[in-house]
Amino acid sequence: MIERLLICNRGEIAVRIVRAARELGIHSIVAHSEADADGLAVKLADQAVCIGPAQAALSYLNVEAIIAAAALTQADAVHPGYGFLAESAELAAAVAKAGLCFIGPDAKTIARMGDKACARHEASLAGVPVVPGSQPLDDDLDQAVRIAGEIGYPLLIKASAGGGGRGIRKVENAEELVRQLPLARAEARTAFKDERVYLEKAIDRARHIEVQILADGERAVHLFERECSLQRRRQKILEEAPCAVLDEERRQALCASAVRLAERIGYRGAGTLEYLFDEATGDFFFIEMNTRIQVEHPVTELITGIDLVREMIEICAGRPLGFTQAEVQRRGWAIEMRINAEDPDRGFFPSPGRVERLTWPAGPGIRIDSALYPGYRIPPFYDSLAAKLIVHAEHRDAALARARRALDEFELEGFATTAGLHRRLLDDPRVREARFDTQYLEAWLAGTTDQETLA
Amino acid sequence: MSRIPVQAPFPGVFYRRPSPEAAPFAEPGESLGPQSVIGLLEVMKQFAEITAGDHGRLVQFEVEDGAVVEAGQVIAVLEGGDA
Repeated sequence: MIERLLICNRGEIAVRIVRAARELGIHSIVAHSEADADGLAVKLADQAVCIGPAQAALSYLNVEAIIAAAALTQADAVHPGYGFLAESAELAAAVAKAGLCFIGPDAKTIARMGDKACARHEASLAGVPVVPGSQPLDDDLDQAVRIAGEIGYPLLIKASAGGGGRGIRKVENAEELVRQLPLARAEARTAFKDERVYLEKAIDRARHIEVQILADGERAVHLFERECSLQRRRQKILEEAPCAVLDEERRQALCASAVRLAERIGYRGAGTLEYLFDEATGDFFFIEMNTRIQVEHPVTELITGIDLVREMIEICAGRPLGFTQAEVQRRGWAIEMRINAEDPDRGFFPSPGRVERLTWPAGPGIRIDSALYPGYRIPPFYDSLAAKLIVHAEHRDAALARARRALDEFELEGFATTAGLHRRLLDDPRVREARFDTQYLEAWLAGTTDQETLA
Repeated sequence: MSRIPVQAPFPGVFYRRPSPEAAPFAEPGESLGPQSVIGLLEVMKQFAEITAGDHGRLVQFEVEDGAVVEAGQVIAVLEGGDA
């Protein structure tokens, strides 16, 4: 079993992992940048080690510094959290080479599923439906136009090495494809050091639904789905579990497909398979797999009662899955609201600042995952997620009411946040009726929603 | 001749180039206008263009490419010709 866990992350997820380690009786060590020396995770952990300057490229993205910190602190395991190096095969390989336990799948699995084109191929081999699309394209533009014609427009040009909504361009016709393809390649080369791109049919009217799995290298179980359609610029804003529009038959088919893929690739740890769901036809299509814990994992924890972070640590330390699929039951409804340090009235521009006044909501069914504390100054160097307000209740309407109540109790002064936007969103009739797709939130923000004709 | 400071409007990381391989937005010695871009300021993974804000010749940068800057910190200095 693991005794000393190095946590290579920051903010709320570092706090979340420290808490899991504490409950497992594991000594927690937070690896942090100079800008995060006063972070809550550093304060709560048993130990902390500075791995470099504020710029992530020199600290949280520095594999050598992380391996050196692990040696210095005599860690026997490394948890990457999400973002940064969470899906870096290079880190996973370096950790294994140093004789330490990586809390995630092995480097080979990360590389295979991190390559989006390769992941699509694995999915189709597992009998999981994928969005119609191509293999990675070569430099021949005429051939690309021909392949695009066969798939049909509109299309997305996607970076093989992309993910998390990055490295995606939409094209409506051949002319745009010819113009955008070289740009997409150049962008992919700069952003991901890998210029390969592939085509995928753009499905505009779809929901984004994802399935949480846990697997021990041989056996996999699913922990049901999360509904993540409410997005802005492909970044999730509000998530819920379960999804309101899946009937039991569809839910079983969707979740079983995720288990099939996870078992086929011998997956180990916590993972998420993302799908597009076409509500009109009931079809679902695999789009990508995230080989890490996700921001929105708490909604799954609340409806299943299973601690995903604790489980992933134990599984990666070598313990087999401790329960069967039949033992994974869901109860009630959970909603997560991402409170970002961004100003919705100024185009969501980042709003870093000092926490002048802070009152968390409390009472039944409320969970706060955040690294904020009074007097804390959010550094400008990392993402804008300030807090996750998560609620759980017996059914969706009760969860929505609880979410409104939580937002009304929440007070934060010092910088602008998206809390007010969530409060308005929860009053929107379409959100209350769960009638939305991945385009809805942006249309709602632009004030162009048509309450009658949108799907 | 007047010296005109260009200040960071918010804290972040200052970049002189649009991407690591690209040429800098502006070099010392160049004549700039109010809308001339001299660099990018990254704050919470978003990038904002930093403009000269005035007419003048770019004298020098006060911070390195990729440096951490505070709100209000002087990033560069212009020399105004007829201020």
